[in-house]
Amino acid sequence: MSVISVNNISKKYIIKHQGKQQANVKDAMSGFTNALFGGRNKVEDEEFWALTDISFEVEKGDRLGLIGSNGAGKSTLLKILSRITEPTSGNIRMKGRLASLLEVGTGFHQELTGRENIYLNGAILGMRRTEINKHFDAIVDFAGIERFLDTPVKRYSSGMYVRLGFAIAAHLEPEILIVDEVLAVGDADFQKKSLGKMKDVSNSGRTLLFVSHNLTAVQGLCNKGAFLQHGKLKSFGEVGNVINEYVQSVSKFKLSQTWATPEIAPGTDDIRIKRIEIRPTVELKTSYIDVRIPLKIELEFWSMIEDADLNISVFLYTMAGECIFNIGSNPKNMKKGIVRGEVDIPGSFLNDGSYYLSVMIVKDSATPLFFFEDAIAFEIQDFREETAWYGKWPGAIRPLFIPVNTWQQELL
Amino acid sequence: MDSSSKEVLISNGKSALHYWREVWQSRELFWILAKRDILVRYKQTVLGVAWSIIRPLLTALVMVFAFGKIAKLDEDTSIAYMLVVMPGVIVWLFFSQSLAQISNSIVGNTNLVSKVYFPRLIVPLSSLMIGLLDAIIAFGLFVLLCFWYQYIPDWKIIFAPVFMFLAYMGAFGFGLIAAVLNVKYRDVGQIIPFMIQFGYFVSPIAYTSELVQTNLNQTSYGDWFYLLYTINPVAGSIDGLRWSLLGDFSAFNFQSFISLVIFDIVTLVISIRMFRKNENSFVDYI
Repeated sequence: MSVISVNNISKKYIIKHQGKQQANVKDAMSGFTNALFGGRNKVEDEEFWALTDISFEVEKGDRLGLIGSNGAGKSTLLKILSRITEPTSGNIRMKGRLASLLEVGTGFHQELTGRENIYLNGAILGMRRTEINKHFDAIVDFAGIERFLDTPVKRYSSGMYVRLGFAIAAHLEPEILIVDEVLAVGDADFQKKSLGKMKDVSNSGRTLLFVSHNLTAVQGLCNKGAFLQHGKLKSFGEVGNVINEYVQSVSKFKLSQTWATPEIAPGTDDIRIKRIEIRPTVELKTSYIDVRIPLKIELEFWSMIEDADLNISVFLYTMAGECIFNIGSNPKNMKKGIVRGEVDIPGSFLNDGSYYLSVMIVKDSATPLFFFEDAIAFEIQDFREETAWYGKWPGAIRPLFIPVNTWQQELL
Repeated sequence: MDSSSKEVLISNGKSALHYWREVWQSRELFWILAKRDILVRYKQTVLGVAWSIIRPLLTALVMVFAFGKIAKLDEDTSIAYMLVVMPGVIVWLFFSQSLAQISNSIVGNTNLVSKVYFPRLIVPLSSLMIGLLDAIIAFGLFVLLCFWYQYIPDWKIIFAPVFMFLAYMGAFGFGLIAAVLNVKYRDVGQIIPFMIQFGYFVSPIAYTSELVQTNLNQTSYGDWFYLLYTINPVAGSIDGLRWSLLGDFSAFNFQSFISLVIFDIVTLVISIRMFRKNENSFVDYI
């Protein structure tokens, strides 16, 4: 049975341009009277479609994860579903009591005490007084603010504030729960707690709509996914497939580069790069690389030097530009021709995140012949099993100490 | 209540199917928002609720001094001028405060309106409660003053709530229009305080409508000016309250009463329609 049925939802916003914005008194007056009497504005403004023609169904008990880049329309869709704003066209049918949690502590008043704010926030989220009374002790306990119950929340630390806000929301008992990126706030401990609570919600058979940039959390919590791009629904269905498609579409990384002739290839008079590639060494079940997958870096270059001791060196960086490691091969005597080298990056070594790498070709272990910077960029997705925690795993590497084969090189 | 059977339809330009039922169901939120406004108001003040007495008392004293003693309006009144001024002060403070609150209610609650759904009408409705509480306290002050001046109002006092209600409706209708416009045009937020300041002088707070009529009759087009004067809903409310509280002091002013009722009905109809038409898109413009 579908509890939410979204039919051809579109949402238009009017973007006012600074220059045109009621430049004279006459325009301003006509805008004002039109607002009063419901006429149309003569001033032409640019239309922006935040959502176009979105349709999907959510079954009872589904946990739907909404994913997409910034500006894809996720928040607009949530706002329409939460009835905060109306769609420009289309309609939504919804069965059951709905609560939306677009931020933690909505409507908290700084001057009021913790106790007063529990009742205020509860009522705003749609709880009845009797319900709040029933859960009052549990809320206070969950938030851990017993001692400060009668202190105005303006004196709370930001941590206490967020905990109290979440504690109230966590004790809502709606049939449909809509949650926006609330997990982005708070420390790791709080994120763990809140995700655990969301898991409870989903396990209890209620319907959950969840927006997050944290794909790990979406994967762990949701059974269905919806991928929005530029206001359109790109894909909808089983969460793994949807995440696949999303990751593929946003990945702007170059996993290989090839040059046909030395003339156009990057390099110097001594060295010209022919090909550089990073690829998984096992067959992938997904369309992306996750933390378990072993990788191989391959490099081919034209060597124009008759006879030299060459070695190759690779530098791996995080997106922030921090070097994680540098491995060089042993120098090897090479004739003129095409030289090929490869190095393995074992699976379960790098953490999830984005990386780029540079390679350097060195002569006689001392003279750099060519430093090929930012040669390749790639992204590693998270993978976790049997865990209740989906926060970002810290660090650039996540090693499971596996013996490493370093550079091999040969003359082709 | 079986909520699971309830189906909600979200589409363009339609407020909820059972609009008024939903408003009624949100009465707990109504009370808690009203309570919030009242609780917050005197936080961190030394005198607290006493301010609700000090304000009307000081206003009335200044009026008695300026209009009664200096302008010598108190010379030919049969009862203490303080008692003549009080109904004016009660209505005026109630009306002006409610108007200011309600016209700012949507914009002032942006954090709620942009994050949670509830029938939006709850916000302006609840913002009036604070003024109502003040009016009740000011009314208590009037009763005390009656003891002080040893004056006993007659049976007509039972109509006092009627005129307070009509004043409330006037402030609600007019303020609600302002609240809707204020979402898009913040100019309204600038105009309202000015209108309140202006209204202070054209409303019969420290003088009476009889006086206005007598003086206007001596000028050409006096009837037209008087008609214009009675369009002000505050005039009708004050006249009515004086009639009900001050015994034989003032006769019932039909002209200002009728224009008050017309004003209330017209603004209420327009404002509710405007509000329902715009409430679902507040967040897009706020």
